Amino acid sequence: MDLLDDRKRQVVTAGEARAVACDRPSVAGSVTQRACSFCGSRVVLYPIADALHLVHGPVGCAAYTWDIRGAQSSGPQLHRLSFNTDVREEEVIFGGEKKLARALRELVAIHQPKGAFVYATCLTGVIGDDVDAVCRMATAELGIPVIPVQSEGFKGTKKDGYSAACRALDQLIGTGSTEGIGPLSVNILGDFNIAGEIWVIKGYLERMGVEVVATMTGDGRVDTIRKAHGAKLNIVQCAGSMTSVAKLMKEKYGIPFVQVSFFGLEDCADALYQIAKHFGDAEMLRRTRSIVREETEAVLPELARIRKDLEGKKAALYVGGAFKAFSLVKALRQIGMQVTMAGTQTGGPADYEHLKELCDSDTILADDSNPLEMASWLALRDVDLFIGGVKERPVAFKLGIGFCDHNHERKIGLAGFEGCAAFAREVHATVTSPVWSLVPRRAGGRLA
Amino acid sequence: MSLPIATPSSKRPAATNSCRVCAPLGSVLAFRGLRGCMPLIHGSQGCATYIRRYLISHFREPMDVASTSFDESATIFGGQSNLAAAIKNLVTQYRPEVIGVCTTCLAETIGEDTEGILREITTEDPSLPPIIHVATPSFKGCQYRGFHETVAAVLNTVAKGGKPMSHVNLLPGPVSPADLRHLREIVEAFNLPLLMLPDYSETLDGPSLATYAPIPEGGVSLAEVADAGRATATLQLGATLEPGPGAGLQRDFGVPLVKAGLPIGVRATDAVLDSLAALARGSASRSSDLDSVVPSWLSAERGRLVDAYVDGHKYVSGKRVAVVGDPDLAVAVAGFCAEIGLIPVLVASGALTHRMASSLEALGLAPGAFEVMEDADYDSIQRRVVELKPDLVLGPSKAYPMTRALGIPLVRIGFPVHDRIGAGRILHLGYRGTQRLFDEVANALLTHQQDSSEMGYAYQ
Repeated sequence: MDLLDDRKRQVVTAGEARAVACDRPSVAGSVTQRACSFCGSRVVLYPIADALHLVHGPVGCAAYTWDIRGAQSSGPQLHRLSFNTDVREEEVIFGGEKKLARALRELVAIHQPKGAFVYATCLTGVIGDDVDAVCRMATAELGIPVIPVQSEGFKGTKKDGYSAACRALDQLIGTGSTEGIGPLSVNILGDFNIAGEIWVIKGYLERMGVEVVATMTGDGRVDTIRKAHGAKLNIVQCAGSMTSVAKLMKEKYGIPFVQVSFFGLEDCADALYQIAKHFGDAEMLRRTRSIVREETEAVLPELARIRKDLEGKKAALYVGGAFKAFSLVKALRQIGMQVTMAGTQTGGPADYEHLKELCDSDTILADDSNPLEMASWLALRDVDLFIGGVKERPVAFKLGIGFCDHNHERKIGLAGFEGCAAFAREVHATVTSPVWSLVPRRAGGRLA
Repeated sequence: MSLPIATPSSKRPAATNSCRVCAPLGSVLAFRGLRGCMPLIHGSQGCATYIRRYLISHFREPMDVASTSFDESATIFGGQSNLAAAIKNLVTQYRPEVIGVCTTCLAETIGEDTEGILREITTEDPSLPPIIHVATPSFKGCQYRGFHETVAAVLNTVAKGGKPMSHVNLLPGPVSPADLRHLREIVEAFNLPLLMLPDYSETLDGPSLATYAPIPEGGVSLAEVADAGRATATLQLGATLEPGPGAGLQRDFGVPLVKAGLPIGVRATDAVLDSLAALARGSASRSSDLDSVVPSWLSAERGRLVDAYVDGHKYVSGKRVAVVGDPDLAVAVAGFCAEIGLIPVLVASGALTHRMASSLEALGLAPGAFEVMEDADYDSIQRRVVELKPDLVLGPSKAYPMTRALGIPLVRIGFPVHDRIGAGRILHLGYRGTQRLFDEVANALLTHQQDSSEMGYAYQ
C-alpha cells in the first residue's frame, strides 16, 4: 500500500541502513493505535490496589478505563472500581475544583484508601482547574497522600503519560520507613501483574533468596511504594514505562537498576542471572542456576512438541513498548516461528536499532502504525499469526489470521518459564485451528 | 474474589462505575451506519482510541476511526490545521464517500468553530466528499444522545424534499446489527420500500474477508438519505424520544412521524406491525384487522412465542427483575417483563431523558410499583438492587461485577456486551427477538434454581 507521505520515514525493513523515524507525534487522520497521555498514566498507576484512582474529567475517560485490564491484586480490589468527578457543563463554566474536593472527601471517607491519585484530563486542563492545589489541600485535610497526575490527554502521547505517572510515583517513594529491609532486596518496576504474572516472578526471586520490597505497580500497595527507596536494586521490566522512575531513584537514593524481561525462556533466564550477578552472592548464583535448569526442563518437552507444528510459520507483531517486541521475536523463534513484521507504539531510536539487529533483514519495522498499513503487511507477508492487543485483533481476525493477545487485557499469564509454555500453547491453539481452512484467504474462490 | 460494594451518599460529587460512556461513541456508531462513511473525532487521539477499543470489544469488528490528534499547541491556538491535515490524510487512505466529524470536550471547550473551519476547508477543496458535523462534547449527555444527535445531523444536512416517494423512513435507534437485519426483514415483508438510518447491520457484523476493507461494506448511502424528505412516513422507534430525530423531517418536509417503542414483547411488536400494516395500506389510520396484512411467517412467530410464554410462564411468574440499559431498550424490556409476569422492580439507565417513568406507565406498568433511575451509575444502581432484591438482572456486561457480587443471574442485553462473543448477533426485537429473550430469561432462572439445588436434577 502507499504510505502517507508523513509516515514514510517511520517504516523500514530491518536490513536497510535507514533508521526508523520515531518519538514523534502521530499524524492527524492516520488511524493511530496510540492513545493519549491520560491513558499512559492510567495504565501505569491503576494496579496500585489500595489507592483511590479518581479521574477528574468527563465520564468517558473514566468509563473507558474501568477495570478493562487484568491487573490482579492479592488483597484490596479498590483499583478495579472506576471513580470520576463526572464533569458536566456547570463545571465547564464555573470550574471543577470544588466538585473535586467534595469527591475526594466523600470517596476517601467511604473507601478509606491508603492514598489517592487524581488524574487530570483534557477538559479539566483546559478549564484551568488547579488540581495540584486541591490535592495539597486534600493531603493536609484527609491525612493520606493525595497525588495529582498531570495526565491531560493533549499533553502528549502515551509515553508522556508514563512520565507523568512516574513523577506521581516519585512523590510517594521515600516517604516510608526502610527499617528491616535486607541487603538482598529489590523492587520490581514495570510489571502490572496481568493474570498474576508478578507472583510468578516473585516466586523465582524468593527461591533465589531475594527479598521483594515494592512492586510497581502490579499488586502494588501505597505503603510498600513509600519504602521502595530501601531496596538495593531496581528490576525494570517494561522499560518504556518505568525506566524514568528507576533513573530518578538512582539519582536520589543511589539505587542501581537492571533492565530485564521475563517473557521468553532466554530472556527470563537472563533476567534471573543478571539479578544474581548483581548481588555477587555465590550461593544465590547456584540457586539461580538450579531454578533456571529445573524450570527450563519442565517446559522444554512441551515447547519441542509445539515447535513441530509451528516450524516455519510466519508471525507479525505490533505492541506498545519495544522491550516486549524484543522478547517476542526471541520467544517466537524458540517455537520455530519467524517474525516478518514488527512494530511498536512507543519505541525509541535505540530500541529500533536493537530490533533491526534482532530481526531478519526483510522484516518490516514500523513505528506508530495504523490498521491499513498493518492489514497490508499481514497480507503481503502471508502471516499465520499476529500478536497485539484488542485494537489489533479485528485486523487479524477479519482477514482470517491467527491472533494472540499480548496486551494488558489478556487473562493468561505469559511471563516466566511457565508463561513461555502458556504462550506457546496459545500460539499453537490459534495457528493450528482448523477454521483457517474455511476463510476466504485460504479457501480459494468459494464465496465466504 | 468479589468487588467491594461501594455506598456513597446521595449527594454525588463523584460517579462510581459509570453506567454511560461519552457522546462521541454514539456518534461514531451512527456514522458507521452510513455507506462509505469515515468517522473523524475532533480532539485528543485518546478519545478515538478508547472509543475504537470499546466498540471493538463489543462488535469484534474492525473499527477504523480517525482523530485530529490535538496536541498542546492545537489546544492553545485551535485545531484548524489538525482538522485540515486529518481530512486530507484520511481521504488519501480511506477514500470515503462521506466524512462524519464529531467533536470532543476539548474541541468544544476551547471554543473551536468546527462548523466554520469545515466550511472553509470544503470551500478550498471542492473535490472533498461531503462532511457531516455534529457537536458531541462528553460533558453533555452520553452515547445515547450522541447517537440520536448524529442521526438528526445527518438528516438535517442531507435530507431533501420533493415529489413524494413510496418508501418508509425507519429510525431504529442504537440496536444491534441483528436487530437491524430483522427490522429490515419485517418492514420488507409488508412490501414497504425501506430507508433505515443508520444501518450498520453489515458494517458492524460483516463476513470474513480476503482483503481488508478500509471502510466496511454496507450502510445506507447519502443518496438514499437525501430521499428521506420524500418518504410516506417516518417510523421512529424509542419510547422516550421526544421529539426525536424524525421530528425535523416532519417540520421541514411534512413527512408524518409515527412513533413507537422498541418492538420487544407481543404487544409492543403488535403495535409496530400495526403501524406498518397501516402504512402498507397507504392509510394513516390504524387498523385492528392485522391478520389480513401481516405476513404469515410473522403470525407464525407470534403464535410460537405465545405458546412459549405459556410453556414457561410458571418459571418467571412473580419473579422480580431489574433492567439496565439505554432508556428505550430498558423501557421496552421492562414492558416485556411485565407482559410475561415478571415484576420489574427497577428500571435504570445512565442516560437522562426524564421520560422513562411516563413511558413505562404508558406501557401499563402501575405507577409506584417500580423504581426508575436515570443518570445513574452502577454504584447507585447496586445500592437499590441490594434493597430491592431482584431475582434476575437484564443488562449489559458492565452489570456483571454487581450481579456476581450479589449472586444474581444476569441476562446480557444492549451495549456493551464485551465479556461474551456474538454481541452484534443478540436479537432483541420482534417476536423472534422476544422469543430468544424469553427463553434466555426463563433458562437463566432455571439454571440459577438448578445450580442452587442441593440434590441437582436433570429434568424440569
